[in-house]
Amino acid sequence: MALGLGCSSRPGKARNNKTGSWRVFKPIFDHDKCTKCGMCKTICPEGCIEESEDEFFVPNETYCKGCGMCAEECPSDAITMEQEEK
Amino acid sequence: MAETCELFDCGHRACGGCGAALVSRLILKATGKDVIVVSATGCMEVFSTPYPETAWKVPWIHSLFENNSAVASGIEAALKKQGRKEKVVAIGGDGSTFDIGMLCLSGAFERGHDFTYICYDNEAYMNTGIQRSGATPYDASTTTSPAGKCSIGNSRPKKDLPQILAAHGAPYVATASIAYPSDVVKKIEKAINTPGPCYVQIHAPCCTGWGFEGEKTLAIGKLAIETGLWVNYEMEDGVVTRVKKVVRKPVETYLKEQKRFRHLFKPKVNAEEIAKIQAIADKNAEKYGTDLKLKSKPDPVVP
Repeated sequence: MALGLGCSSRPGKARNNKTGSWRVFKPIFDHDKCTKCGMCKTICPEGCIEESEDEFFVPNETYCKGCGMCAEECPSDAITMEQEEK
Repeated sequence: MAETCELFDCGHRACGGCGAALVSRLILKATGKDVIVVSATGCMEVFSTPYPETAWKVPWIHSLFENNSAVASGIEAALKKQGRKEKVVAIGGDGSTFDIGMLCLSGAFERGHDFTYICYDNEAYMNTGIQRSGATPYDASTTTSPAGKCSIGNSRPKKDLPQILAAHGAPYVATASIAYPSDVVKKIEKAINTPGPCYVQIHAPCCTGWGFEGEKTLAIGKLAIETGLWVNYEMEDGVVTRVKKVVRKPVETYLKEQKRFRHLFKPKVNAEEIAKIQAIADKNAEKYGTDLKLKSKPDPVVP
């Protein structure tokens, strides 16, 4: 018997919601100081830090809420937060 | 730019710096895609799946506060009957786990279903506006235990749920903190690969409810461990097998960072209450042996 109850959604459809618009401060990554440890990618609550082809880490600005956790936890202080002009 | 291949995707509506959002990412990192997630009502459910959107890329079902473990039990039993190998993970906040879902949780552990229950513990009902729960620590100010002239905040200590579940005969019970992400992943991996009902409780600081800046989430989690107010340990068959050892700091370093403990410092320092919280930390340290013994340097010999 087929049940018609409940609601369903396509996996990962939350991507429609561009949470980057919430941001006040923006992380700036200094690739000269970066040791490629990947801490920022591991701890980002958004999961929006991506690894580029040259293995550096880049935040996806469409979704980054600018919480600043990456800047706070970066062991080599390679990330700084700057107020964003929109 | 390449899209991330995260199983818990971007675009969820958690606050910036949310501990629970990091917990969801770490859970799916540990389980991989062959998993069915049951999620009770709570912050995590609300921010990850506002209809018609979902941040989850694995099979996910929403249950009520109270029947989280019952739904997980049913799914596990059905998978077993069909001979399927997917893992079942139930996720609940501390309100769902410690208070409302306690009955079904106890039932599922007693029946011995092969599933993992993960509690992200942010120490109050954050989703509905910071009401106290069984997991709220002593003296924390919440909207239902407000600090003021006649009250010092929550008057009861935190419930020791891991011990209660270990008493059910659970083969694996662990506590973890998002301050140590790889430890969280390791413990969840161990839990889902242990047959029988397993429990992992993850300390997930909440910037909105506890009152600190979002960037400090991990730092606060680390302080909770360093002061002895949160203990990271593993219990196998009821015996504590591994404990995170620390050089302990006084509890004030943790308390003064958070608005929910502000009444202990302003208008004047309430030394009596802080001493009681220090006593809780001391008791934890003694019970689990978390104190790291530093080798004392031998006294220099005076010629």
